[in-house]
Amino acid sequence: MKLYRLSFNLLRRDWRAGEWRVLLLALVLAVGSLATVGLFADRVRQALQQQAQSLIGADLRITSTRPFSPEYRKLATARGLQVVQSRSFPSMVSHGERVLLSELQAVEAGYPLRGKIEIDDGTLHVAQAIPTTGTVWVDERLLRRLDTQVGDEVGIGARRFKVAARIVKDIDQSIGFSSFAPRVLMNEGDLPATGLLQEGSRLSYRLMIAGEAKQITALKVELQTRLSGNEKLEDVRDARPEIRTALERAESFLGLAALTAAILAGAAMALAARRFVARHLDGCAVMRCLGAQQGQVLWLFLYQFILLGVIAVLFGSLLGYGTQAMLVQSIASMRDAELPLPGVLPVLQAAVSGFALLLGFAFLPLLQLRKVTPLRVLRREMGAPEISGWLVYGLATLVLAGLFLWQAGSLKLGLAVLGGLLVGLMLFGWLAWLMLHGMARNGHLLHAQWRHAFNNLARHGRSAAVQVVALSLGGMALLVLTLVRGDLLQGWQSKLPPETPNRFVVNIQPDQLEAIADFFPRHSLPVPEMQPMVRGRLVEIDGRAVNGDSYPDPRARGLVEREFNLSYMTQMPNWNQLVGGQWWSAAGRDELSVEEGIAKTLGIKLGDLLAYDVAGSRFTARVTSLRKVEWDSMKVNFFVITTPELLQDFPASYLSSFYLPPDKVKAGDELAREFPNLLLIDTGAVIAQVRGIMDQIAQTVSAVFLFTLLTGLAVLYAALLSTQDERSHEAAILRTLGADSRYLRRLHLSEFAVLGGLSGFFAAGGAVLLGWVLARFVLEISASLNPLIWLVGISGGIMIVSLSGWLATRKLTRRPPLRILAAD
Amino acid sequence: MQAAGLTKQVLSGDSPLTILHDVSFAVESGDSLAIVGASGSGKSTLLGLLAGLDVPTSGSVSLNGTDIFSLDEDGRARLRGELAGFVFQSFQLLPALNALENVMLPLELAGLRDARQRAEDSLQQVGLGARAHHLPKHLSGGEQQRVALARAFVTQPKILFADEPTGNLDAATGAQVIELMLELNRAQGTTLILVTHDDKLAARCKRQLRLAAGQVQV
Repeated sequence: MKLYRLSFNLLRRDWRAGEWRVLLLALVLAVGSLATVGLFADRVRQALQQQAQSLIGADLRITSTRPFSPEYRKLATARGLQVVQSRSFPSMVSHGERVLLSELQAVEAGYPLRGKIEIDDGTLHVAQAIPTTGTVWVDERLLRRLDTQVGDEVGIGARRFKVAARIVKDIDQSIGFSSFAPRVLMNEGDLPATGLLQEGSRLSYRLMIAGEAKQITALKVELQTRLSGNEKLEDVRDARPEIRTALERAESFLGLAALTAAILAGAAMALAARRFVARHLDGCAVMRCLGAQQGQVLWLFLYQFILLGVIAVLFGSLLGYGTQAMLVQSIASMRDAELPLPGVLPVLQAAVSGFALLLGFAFLPLLQLRKVTPLRVLRREMGAPEISGWLVYGLATLVLAGLFLWQAGSLKLGLAVLGGLLVGLMLFGWLAWLMLHGMARNGHLLHAQWRHAFNNLARHGRSAAVQVVALSLGGMALLVLTLVRGDLLQGWQSKLPPETPNRFVVNIQPDQLEAIADFFPRHSLPVPEMQPMVRGRLVEIDGRAVNGDSYPDPRARGLVEREFNLSYMTQMPNWNQLVGGQWWSAAGRDELSVEEGIAKTLGIKLGDLLAYDVAGSRFTARVTSLRKVEWDSMKVNFFVITTPELLQDFPASYLSSFYLPPDKVKAGDELAREFPNLLLIDTGAVIAQVRGIMDQIAQTVSAVFLFTLLTGLAVLYAALLSTQDERSHEAAILRTLGADSRYLRRLHLSEFAVLGGLSGFFAAGGAVLLGWVLARFVLEISASLNPLIWLVGISGGIMIVSLSGWLATRKLTRRPPLRILAAD
Repeated sequence: MQAAGLTKQVLSGDSPLTILHDVSFAVESGDSLAIVGASGSGKSTLLGLLAGLDVPTSGSVSLNGTDIFSLDEDGRARLRGELAGFVFQSFQLLPALNALENVMLPLELAGLRDARQRAEDSLQQVGLGARAHHLPKHLSGGEQQRVALARAFVTQPKILFADEPTGNLDAATGAQVIELMLELNRAQGTTLILVTHDDKLAARCKRQLRLAAGQVQV
């Protein structure tokens, strides 16, 4: 008979006998979880991408203060991309006697290319087109401040327009001071008739481009060389620093979820493979006796493993696909986003990972079968041939490391988690062994049944340590995804607490400071801090003159060509973090503090002497500190801060940010009316969007971790199964020697309780450690973990392991011992 | 010990297969009985039933005046712990425990405090005092069976059940083990129930019970 046919016959027989179930289950779960994570992460990325796109209304956007060269449009259309242009500028809008400075945007048909505008023209719906000629859409603030409503007419320039709809959900905004005035959307065709397009109009042009990702990337490269100094290219990633951070964090999180699932699956498979090998030693010995060569025995099982792998990959992929679809359905914003179908790549990745896990965790045990001595037929007590432990763990580690780096997509994250995990595993194993032996040695202090349990565990020291490690790993994942995850997400989301400033006030004049400080208490609002701002241009770094040409990087060039917003203060804002040098003392003179990101972009180092040009006069000062700034904190931040004496004599305006509760919106309008020169910027929409993305990520991570949880339970199941044969045999002998079922039950429960307690203890320790690493290095927040984690870990470990153990061993106390002994 | 009408049937596919049919006999305290017969004649099944390791389809066994099948599995286990010792063809030592710990096991189960001392003495008796801390896999077959003997006799059982104790051993080693077993048996006045297909060994027992196709041959 051909070897592979024999192999499949054996597989069929083994299948009926239930031999493959654990291994297959572990592998299906592994592939399933990897596929789910991969597919789901893929779709989350798509969803986030879509949301981010809706922020700029396109895949790619060029903004400028001058008309674009027609060449840009040609380049884009030649690549089959869609292009829409808009022009916007500040203008007065009038209704009756009231006038309001607003941001007008005139758009072409097709706008927006990405994202949706929701309007209310009597019914709430997604806009299908742009405003028709003679009509405008306006936002809530304009209606409120002009005291008007949908259906009324407003005056813009030389023409009157009918307000056809209220904009409910807007897109295409960016943090630029001018764009936060109330918004008016109009048809590009109406613009000439307003008579507002005159020499000196402060027009801002936007060219929005969307289409196939590959073409967009190519176009971006092409455009970058052609852009002039005042043209700015934005894609989704650099549209908003805060969105970018959210996206990057999401990917870190999802990568991590995938890793945990992979590790757990590996552990479950290693346990299952061990059991499989143990159960096939006899059969192999017989085959070797009957003349099978080592290679033949190996191939006999390799064929089975390959077939098993294929089946598992198929089922796992289906499972992953189904789960992913269910997840998408369960998250409203994703369901409504009409996401494209996920790609094949994540499934392929999961399949390759599945085979890699099979190789890393089950292949070497399989090699053992090849080396079974035929002598075992005569001497059954001859165990499996030993394989170098270093080889087994080395291969598994190598495979895990490869998968980690691949799945994490980040060397830092992958190595951090993998390294922590390996050290943890060895530490866990060693500590577990040590503790079991320590307890057994002091056994005379314990009750007889506990003593026996400890003795039993200590006598099985290595195997018990392996079980503790596997269970701790599962437990750690469970704790990480329940307690730690909650704490971390909370910590992360609390970066944007409910009272995050949602209004920026710009252009406060020095003589208004007092009046504004009076205004807030009158409206029962706390007085916000007001920071001075002076505009200046960087002209020299360490004696070298700098200008746009000094930098090849377009971002750096843009920064140098622009005027900086400089500020001066004696104390560093508490939402900034010092990362280099020292903040100046009260007597500090001629000192600068620079934000670390811009320092890097412009090549500024601690100790550099910078020269600034402020309104025609120059000052020079030394960089004495570098700061890290939380751009997503929605607070007022400056790239460069100086000691007061440098700037306090220059004319400055002040700016501030504060939180305006929803029930005090009127106070905001009041502020704008009382101080008409102030520019009041509503950042609430941006905050809502960032928070929305955070919430979505939180939901996603919970859902993805659910799979990790299942895999963790598979580890527990495999761990129990892997020792069940041994337990069953032991139970039979104990019964023969006179142990009753109560004794066996108590013995087993005590053993499981000890195993569970130890595992829970280590799981909690590991989770705390991992949580700290995640908080500190990945999420960059300060970690404060729930101390309950220890209690939950230990008691949960005892309960879960005891319960599962009881379920798995309760039959052992019922079967007549002869049947077990005879079966061995 | 008294066996009456012991019958054991198992299902083979759909049809019942009779392994033992209506076996009855009695053994007096201190006696020795050899159960002999060809392979598959039902010897080991009978021994398992006599020791209460399995339950019969019908029939009864009374041990020291107690009907063992009127007890539940736990009752039988306790009875075994109090009265019986075992020696198996495949030794049945726990692989994770060393020789001493294997011998301590029944004493620990009985909750005895001086388990270690008694187990050490018992190992000395079978000549393995020096190998007390070896795991079974590091012992030869003969040594393993001697550990099993030490374990069987350490509780000073009233009755010893031995299932082909030399089946896995070469002739010389087997003979040594048998001498040791019979000597311990004599010294402790234990009742012996021995399953074997070795007629010479059977002849050293006081009585022989010959089984063929599950029935006692007279």
